[in-house]
Amino acid sequence: MSDALISSRGKPSASRYDAIVIGGGHNGLVCAAYLAKAGRTVLVLERRHVLGGAAVSEEVFPGFTFSVCSYVVSLFRPHIIRELELVRHGFHVIPLDCSLSPLPDGRSLARWGDKARTRRELAAFSPRDAERYPEFGLAMTKLARFSKNVIDAPAPEPTSLSPRELLRVLRLGRGFQQLEPELRYLNAKLLTMSAADFLDEWFESDVLKAPMAVSGIIGTFLGVRSPGTAYVLLHHYMGEIDGAFRAWGFSKGGTGSVSNAIAAAARSYGVEIVAEAPVERVRMQGGRATGVVLEGGDELSARVVVSAVDPHRTFFGLVGEDRLDPAFVAQARRYKLRGSSGKVNLAVDRLPEFACRPGAGPHLEGDIAIAPSLEYLERAYDQAKAGEFSRRPYLNVVIPSLVDPTVAPPGKHVISCFVQYAPYQLAGGPQGWPEQREAFGDAVVDTLAEHVPGLKESILHRQVLTPWDLEQQFGLTEGNIFHGELSLEQLLFMRPVAGWADYRTPVRDLWMCASGTHPGGGIMGAPGELAAKAMLGARSV
Amino acid sequence: MPIPTPFHPRTSALCTSMLWKDWAGYHAVRSFDVAHEREYFAVRNGCGLLDVSPLFKYELRGPDAAALLSRMTVRDLSRLAQGRVTYLCWCDDDGKVLDDGTVARLGEERFRLTAAEPTLAWLHRLGRRHSLTIEDHSERTAALAVQGPTSRTVLDAASDGTLPPLRFFGIAPARIRGVQVEVSRTGYTGDLGFELWMDREHALTVWDAIVDAGRDHRLVPMGLDALDVTRIEAGFIMNGVEYHGAHHCLVESRKSTPYELGLGWTVSLDRAPFVGQAALRAELARGSAWATVGLRYVWDEYEALFARFGLPPQVPAGAWRDGVPVYEASGRQVGRATSGAWSPALKANLALASVRAPYQEPGTRLEIEVTAEHERHRVGAIVTKTPFFDPERKRAP
Repeated sequence: MSDALISSRGKPSASRYDAIVIGGGHNGLVCAAYLAKAGRTVLVLERRHVLGGAAVSEEVFPGFTFSVCSYVVSLFRPHIIRELELVRHGFHVIPLDCSLSPLPDGRSLARWGDKARTRRELAAFSPRDAERYPEFGLAMTKLARFSKNVIDAPAPEPTSLSPRELLRVLRLGRGFQQLEPELRYLNAKLLTMSAADFLDEWFESDVLKAPMAVSGIIGTFLGVRSPGTAYVLLHHYMGEIDGAFRAWGFSKGGTGSVSNAIAAAARSYGVEIVAEAPVERVRMQGGRATGVVLEGGDELSARVVVSAVDPHRTFFGLVGEDRLDPAFVAQARRYKLRGSSGKVNLAVDRLPEFACRPGAGPHLEGDIAIAPSLEYLERAYDQAKAGEFSRRPYLNVVIPSLVDPTVAPPGKHVISCFVQYAPYQLAGGPQGWPEQREAFGDAVVDTLAEHVPGLKESILHRQVLTPWDLEQQFGLTEGNIFHGELSLEQLLFMRPVAGWADYRTPVRDLWMCASGTHPGGGIMGAPGELAAKAMLGARSV
Repeated sequence: MPIPTPFHPRTSALCTSMLWKDWAGYHAVRSFDVAHEREYFAVRNGCGLLDVSPLFKYELRGPDAAALLSRMTVRDLSRLAQGRVTYLCWCDDDGKVLDDGTVARLGEERFRLTAAEPTLAWLHRLGRRHSLTIEDHSERTAALAVQGPTSRTVLDAASDGTLPPLRFFGIAPARIRGVQVEVSRTGYTGDLGFELWMDREHALTVWDAIVDAGRDHRLVPMGLDALDVTRIEAGFIMNGVEYHGAHHCLVESRKSTPYELGLGWTVSLDRAPFVGQAALRAELARGSAWATVGLRYVWDEYEALFARFGLPPQVPAGAWRDGVPVYEASGRQVGRATSGAWSPALKANLALASVRAPYQEPGTRLEIEVTAEHERHRVGAIVTKTPFFDPERKRAP
């Protein structure tokens, strides 16, 4: 599938383009598609043999297609689906209806789309929480709707006095004023509290709080008790499919299908996509970017160069520290990547059977959180602080082959385990990871096997990705899945660097368009779209 | 009061939502779960298993069977090859549609007609002078639809390989767990799919065999709610929704002709006389007053309307079928949307509509009534060619 989308390998057809996008991840492709749709000649250069970056499907083991890295879709902007006609190009998302949290004592909580069912399940643990839960959902949805305006537009710059920025801040302020007063306070709490403290104010049962709190720490090197982590809880309520909030889904054929659909759209607008074409550096002349130099020495010219790789690789790899202003370098150095998660993908010969709810059923068709308590999560973090991977990590498990038969042979399944914590900085340094890779994989399988007794015997193949592997194979610096932590001080007008949140860089005609820019990571497409619109709006290309 | 179908012991055990409806006098599952979404996505990614026994089924045998069906319907059935099925409709003398359904040629002189409404009397009335027997098999024949991309694999497994390769709209016998069934590559979802016809006493054996074979192929029992969304995506009209059988209409304006319903392609005019022929010929010469079209809501306008109330766009949870006025730009009503649904696969809000003939060209911008916060508004809707959803696998060999 992906092959047909690649124009050529290694060698572009021309030497001059309006725009060259470095990196064929989903944001790079979105950006390229928008630029080409506006009539620009665009080249996308991808280092690997497949497109998609971290939103990639690969048949790692014969017959089994893994969403190797990113594994669910939620925040992808609906207007991008429409504007790029992605459905026509194969975009298809199957919603997740259930969130299952197994406990070590054999009990479990499943949260469903069916509200009454969720209430009954919760009431078995806490009748109070059962009623608070929908209240919480409503409050979060209201706040998320306010925040949604933030992710669908470039970040307003509060320090600027330019009329355009003032207007943006004003508009946002007005949206904020329209929130009910108690929601405004709630928002302030979200911005300052830890996920655990925030949830403690609402709920009493750990079985509910722990899997919820996790969304505050994913992709950060923070714990559920670290201040500021509450905010990211909101992101979960911003997910939307078909205008319905808080819906997560599997991309048919794996998340690579999202990238492929975008690539197909991009190609239909005339984008040239070249794989196996690693860029060595951005070519510069008189302080501006004029093109790129490929590994191997070929030079290509462009009016603008767009980096779809993370800020660290952009500035310290493609540009080079010595070509940047020291003050900027100092700031960019402070940008935290600190990968904290890994991924274990399993091919199994039967459907995993959970001890808490034996047999097949819809309870396995959503996501499964191994997060029995806040205490468990904090302990997992404690090990990470000491430079070790968690022996009993948090796992977010999905079995996409249950609802999408195209990704595994009949009767067999793929299991995707997102794992936190796996700190990039091991006590002995990140280069110690290859040696610890299998031990890490074992810890994950052991953790899951406590809930799935027959798991180990059913494994046909295992792919273990440590933060080191994410860096080496996918180019994610320090293995950070979001191109930099989604922590408050690195969001909005401070992403990636204060003063440079508008997709520009200190290098003229070098732009950024990926998860290291506003509004951040996840298969969202927003950075790519907003960057393209910023470039076109500024008539830079 | 509705009665159970032959599959009721299985469907009732699974229908934990208790969501049922009356389909032609039978209990039919609307949705096994409180929401039909899971069933919908199974049809588009795995397969759905649907009890379609309430269809009316008639078996016609004898040397004049083809002649009677050709006289009754708009098609020339003498040209239908053995092992083939065709979709068609039939009219009254004025060329107004009575019902639509399929005819399968099971043997040289053996046909099966399916219909949404009882048709036995009509068959007898027209068949008085023909040499054939007409039997009502509605009760004795149970029917199942297996629809979706994995349906062929499931049936291959369930039939131990006795299922011959079937082209689109082909029909052939097969054995499932020792039970003789007829399998047709037909359906109402616009996807790769099959329908199985069997003696009612073996219904549960066949159901169980298919459920077993489907275990590894994402087979999910489905109800009529999911079916309704898929049939709108496929652009299929429905008796009682897009049109009303002429025999039920109090007023002339409620009746429709095949041309008005977009079924002109089924009409074979130049042949031996058939019911409604003269009227249809005249209509073809004169031009039809109405046309049935697909409409696609202009999403930006839809979203903007709800944003005025501070709401996210609210799409209907399932298919709807209460008529909605359709206007031209000036505000004059030029038709009605008869049913519609949000398409999760296409990410589009869709409707089927009956509009005055001048407004039927694809690309024409019309306006459709939308109720937001109990206020009536209008948003743009673009005339779109149907099927909205038309995967290659539907017809692929």
